[in-house]
Amino acid sequence: MTRFLKLTRIRYAGLVVLCLGLALTVCPRAVRAQRAPIVVASKPFGESFLLAEMFAQLLESRGFEVERRFGLGATEIAFQALLTGAIDVYPEYTGTGLVAVLDRSPEGTAGDVFRTVSREFRERWGAHWLPPLGFENTYAIAVRRESAEADELATLSDLARVSDRYIGGFSPDFIGRSDGLPGLRAAYGLRVQAERSLLQAVKYEALDRGEVDVVDGYSTDGRIDRYDFVVLRDDREFFPPYEASPLVGRSLWDTRPDAVRALTELAGTLDEEAMRALNRRIEVDEEELETVARDALTDMGLVAGPAIRIVRDDEERAGSLGTYLVARRSEILDLTIRHILLVIVSLVSATLVAIPLGLILERTRRSAEAIIRAVGLLQTIPSIALLAFMIPLLGIGVVPALVALFLYSLFPILRNTYTGITDADPAAVDSARSLGMTEAQILQFIRFPLAVPVIMAGVRTAAVITVGTATLAAFIGAGGLGDPIVAGLALSDSRMILSGAIPAAILAFLVDGALGILQRIVTPTGLEIPR
Amino acid sequence: MRDQALPTDEPALSAKDVVKRFGSVPVLDRVTLSLERGDIVALVGESGSGKTTLLRLFNRMISADGGEVCVGGRSVNTLNPVQLRRSIGYVQQEGGLIPHWTVLRNAALVPRLRRMASPEELASMALQLVGLPPEKFGNRRPRELSGGQRQRVALARALAAEPEIILLDEPFRALDAITRADLVAAVQGLLREIGVTALLVTHDIRTALDIADRVAVLKGGKFEQIAPVAELRSSPATPYVQQLLHPTGEASARDEPPPLEEEASTT
Repeated sequence: MTRFLKLTRIRYAGLVVLCLGLALTVCPRAVRAQRAPIVVASKPFGESFLLAEMFAQLLESRGFEVERRFGLGATEIAFQALLTGAIDVYPEYTGTGLVAVLDRSPEGTAGDVFRTVSREFRERWGAHWLPPLGFENTYAIAVRRESAEADELATLSDLARVSDRYIGGFSPDFIGRSDGLPGLRAAYGLRVQAERSLLQAVKYEALDRGEVDVVDGYSTDGRIDRYDFVVLRDDREFFPPYEASPLVGRSLWDTRPDAVRALTELAGTLDEEAMRALNRRIEVDEEELETVARDALTDMGLVAGPAIRIVRDDEERAGSLGTYLVARRSEILDLTIRHILLVIVSLVSATLVAIPLGLILERTRRSAEAIIRAVGLLQTIPSIALLAFMIPLLGIGVVPALVALFLYSLFPILRNTYTGITDADPAAVDSARSLGMTEAQILQFIRFPLAVPVIMAGVRTAAVITVGTATLAAFIGAGGLGDPIVAGLALSDSRMILSGAIPAAILAFLVDGALGILQRIVTPTGLEIPR
Repeated sequence: MRDQALPTDEPALSAKDVVKRFGSVPVLDRVTLSLERGDIVALVGESGSGKTTLLRLFNRMISADGGEVCVGGRSVNTLNPVQLRRSIGYVQQEGGLIPHWTVLRNAALVPRLRRMASPEELASMALQLVGLPPEKFGNRRPRELSGGQRQRVALARALAAEPEIILLDEPFRALDAITRADLVAAVQGLLREIGVTALLVTHDIRTALDIADRVAVLKGGKFEQIAPVAELRSSPATPYVQQLLHPTGEASARDEPPPLEEEASTT
């Protein structure tokens, strides 16, 4: 008994060390050199990707080392990341800063808004808005042409008359923000029959198919005029001015004035028409982000262009998914390995915590149910919200992603451990106790071995969930197979989405299979037949 | 147990004025029973009569609310419950074998818990005793045995450490009629052969009459009658005992009596 415990303890310590080691390997920033690269980030939609890529290429052309963290989940996540110094710069819109961050009512001219956010951000957080890029990108509320004609809609006031018959498809951001749906309700009395939360990438498609009747888009979006949609005029001037601008964090501002100066060169270089044209190249023509950004910077004369422009030949653009995947195999392999490491570290840690916790709870049954339910509650927190909560504590990147995945893995393992232990063959347990086995011996020799298959089933469930959830880690810049999924969604590139989704699905399948084999191996002889 | 033999002048098992309540419900109401060494006594009663509760008082799986429960003349409350249980054999209705252990390892459980020399040898002897040659059955798992064989292993496990006392809680209940008859016959011979003190709980009066020297009939937490088999047969003390012996409309007891509901779980 004692020897068994000692052995267990040594093995346990070994696992913990192994786990920490793995955590370090997926966490290269923690051990990397002091002169950190400038971290350029974006939010998860096409224009933000493109502007961020332009920032990154401009900085690179001036000799700075850059790290890209594109596709951070939402305004809240990107801004928190900026405050904690996890990222240095990302493109933001002044109206968003005013309403979503400062929680002010949307009013004033573009100049007023810029002055307000500049002052407030500097004083409160030491964050700096660089001079605007030159275009406004405001919300564009769009409907299908036939609805506009049937209901005689030209303005948002017109829409408010009939909106109780309309189903809205809005960004999650827009539904909650005071410059979004709640504001429209107050300003226009606009109430939709039902609202669905849709990502930018699928919104227009849903509107076109008639699954929703009204959507929020962006005025510079390249796709609105591709469909036959009508953008309704904001006749009460509800939406504040949304000028795009690089938003710079404190440390970059204080320590790298030359980099900040380079970024200010972008001021006033893009008008709305130019921006819409660039967006269209990405979202409609499916050109590469890097190419479009480079062309834009070259045209502005900010970087020296290549002698001959690289034009992707039609063959590559029309190439099958297979050729796309093959061409990107090494990149996909890297992402997959990173994904596996995220899964392994969080899953092993969760197992190391949940199994002992389950064993302890068996001894204190009274409080067990309450504690397990509390852990279960974690499961109900939407992943994006959990990730956002964690940024003030842990910043962005690998660490908060691991913590979130760890928390999601706990419940299935804990629940199964507890159930497996408590429900273990009551007759065998009763006999063993009646013949003089101590509770510790019963746990070690009967309950635990009998619970092993049930515990393993919990680990399998957790593993499959984790492989899927880990794709969301891309929203906080932890990398993995979520990267191409988020980027592909933002850029309307289905091949890019699949280049993340397919390996993730295969991975889930393989992980489940591998754990199934392990389950058979660790199941004690005599229990193999499903109970 | 041989080294800490019970005092011969004291009853092996005794309960005096024992009271047990579950919540406010009295399950045993001032019950008195005593077994001399080598006695084989059957506790008979229907569901809720308190028979399993009484059995489990003796190995301290349950504690009494009043009265005195003694093993070998010593109050169980003064004994270490784990040591006490290791010194008493126990068989329950579902066998309760440890499913991932071999038959031999199951049978060697108590000798091993008591750190006796050569537990496997004792287990082999016990298996032989219950009619399961260890060389044939020793390496099987419980799943690979029939219900009757499993009960035999449970019996071997209860006897392997050569206890002076064995408690049997409905050991035949889960078996079909033919298997049951075989096992009843085997147990009857076996218990006498090794001279063990045995307390058997059963809902089936015929099993009780076949195996025991004395039968104690419990009803609603009180004894209706405690008497040697012959006396019980010849002069049932109450209409209830009469009814048990001769269910309505039956001249002779050829068929099984209707199965009674199993007693409410006492664990």
